[in-house]
Amino acid sequence: MFTSRPDLDEAVDPDRAKDVYKRVYDWFVENGQKGLIADGGAELHPITTATSVKHGDDGPVVVDGPFNEAKEVVGGFSVIEVADMDAAVALTKTWPPLELPGVAVEIRPMVEDYSQFE
Amino acid sequence: VTPNKQPGTDGLLAHTLREEAGVLVARLARQFHDFDLAEEAVQGAVVEALETWRRSGSPDNPGAWLQTAARHNALDLVRRRTRQDALVHRAPAVTPYDAGSATDDRLGLLFACCHPALAQDARLALTLRAVVGMTTPQIARAFLVNERTLAQRIVRAKRKIVTAGIALTVPADEVLAERLCDVLAVIALMYNEGFVSSAGPTQDRDLAGDAVWLAGVVATSLPREAEAWGLVALLTFQHARAAARFSAAGDLVLLPEQDRSRWDHVAIAAGEQMLVRAAELHAPGPFQLRAAIAACHATSPSWAGTDWLQIVTLFDLLARHDPSPVVRLNRAVALSRLGPDHVAEALADVDALADRLEGYHLFHATRAELLSVLGHHDEAADANDRALALTTNVAERRLLTTRLHRRPLEDGS
Repeated sequence: MFTSRPDLDEAVDPDRAKDVYKRVYDWFVENGQKGLIADGGAELHPITTATSVKHGDDGPVVVDGPFNEAKEVVGGFSVIEVADMDAAVALTKTWPPLELPGVAVEIRPMVEDYSQFE
Repeated sequence: VTPNKQPGTDGLLAHTLREEAGVLVARLARQFHDFDLAEEAVQGAVVEALETWRRSGSPDNPGAWLQTAARHNALDLVRRRTRQDALVHRAPAVTPYDAGSATDDRLGLLFACCHPALAQDARLALTLRAVVGMTTPQIARAFLVNERTLAQRIVRAKRKIVTAGIALTVPADEVLAERLCDVLAVIALMYNEGFVSSAGPTQDRDLAGDAVWLAGVVATSLPREAEAWGLVALLTFQHARAAARFSAAGDLVLLPEQDRSRWDHVAIAAGEQMLVRAAELHAPGPFQLRAAIAACHATSPSWAGTDWLQIVTLFDLLARHDPSPVVRLNRAVALSRLGPDHVAEALADVDALADRLEGYHLFHATRAELLSVLGHHDEAADANDRALALTTNVAERRLLTTRLHRRPLEDGS
């Protein structure tokens, strides 16, 4: 999961942002060819477009905005296919936007064992 | 590496367990493709061994005994976890007791337990249980933490190793140096915990001795890693002086007053050899520099004969790797020993650290000492009071209560 801080994103010089974005594209091509990207996932529109459906005592409530007030927001996600945690960390460290302040990547293992439903 | 000097059966038991437990965890994890289950099975065997061996003595081949017990537990656990039925068929039926390549197995396990993806406080606890063969109650006693909290922490870390795919292997060359740093940090922490708590009630495990042993395992398994030799040298020097740290009455005896004939001079000579091995690799680092400082003390014939100039120089080098305020504090203490002309300069260096070390008792203890040397006795007494108010360790408190803390070097007590 790729996260960043919108306030810091806005402060990035547009040319630099463009350059990083270009290298993100290259990153997917390169690692896709290596077989490390199982699913490119999705890039999300900014949180200003977010709508949340939350628990309410009288049933789900629809509200404008993201889930919480955190400064960091999830900007997208990808599914990677690697041997172990070290390989996941090594790949993640090459994510081009990490050179920008406020950017973080969260690594989460995926549930793969659904045998309880069988 | 000096042998653990703990007398009695429990000491022997602890030795055997730490030799065997980690290796067994690694092997069972491989055989059963399940680290969590393997660790649980070995922990069970360790608990059984402690009960049985204490009663009837160790068996002729403790490793084989433990393996049989652990394997039995593992199969039991597999049977209980019905959804993992298939594993029973996958597990090899008979495994001969294997004494070879134990270090590789143990090392891979150690790297997994110290992985940076695990919570910091869980790394040491998990290492002690899975690699060193300590039981959860023993660990809880050593750290004065609630047993249930500790058990939960360990369970969480074990699950993460399994679900997040943390491999039980020695990392690839590109990341080895970085990952080794984390491993060495955990072992250093383990030693410090053991060192500090040695003032407390008698323990059934010698944590500091176990840390020296584990540092030795790492260095001999990765003989090209200079910092690994640096750490085992450092811990060997510190441990060699351990016997002289407490008086017969249980009071803390600081370096200047320690009876140097009670130091383990065989261990000190061994530590020097380790430091030579480290130096031959031409890759200086913070543990080697700390070890070199410890060596200055350990090989000095007397307190008065200490080579303070050398120590100040080593602290300057150390500060390049570790610019922390505590290193600067220790450098200032060494500087003050160079002679009366240097005390005022040392005090100024210490005072410059005030905003960062305000909550650290040794900052105030150092100020107290330097102020007292300069004849500012009222200010010295105030600083000593501040130090006392910030100290929780019983032996250290007693020392501060009876007199000024005279030698607050990190390696000085």
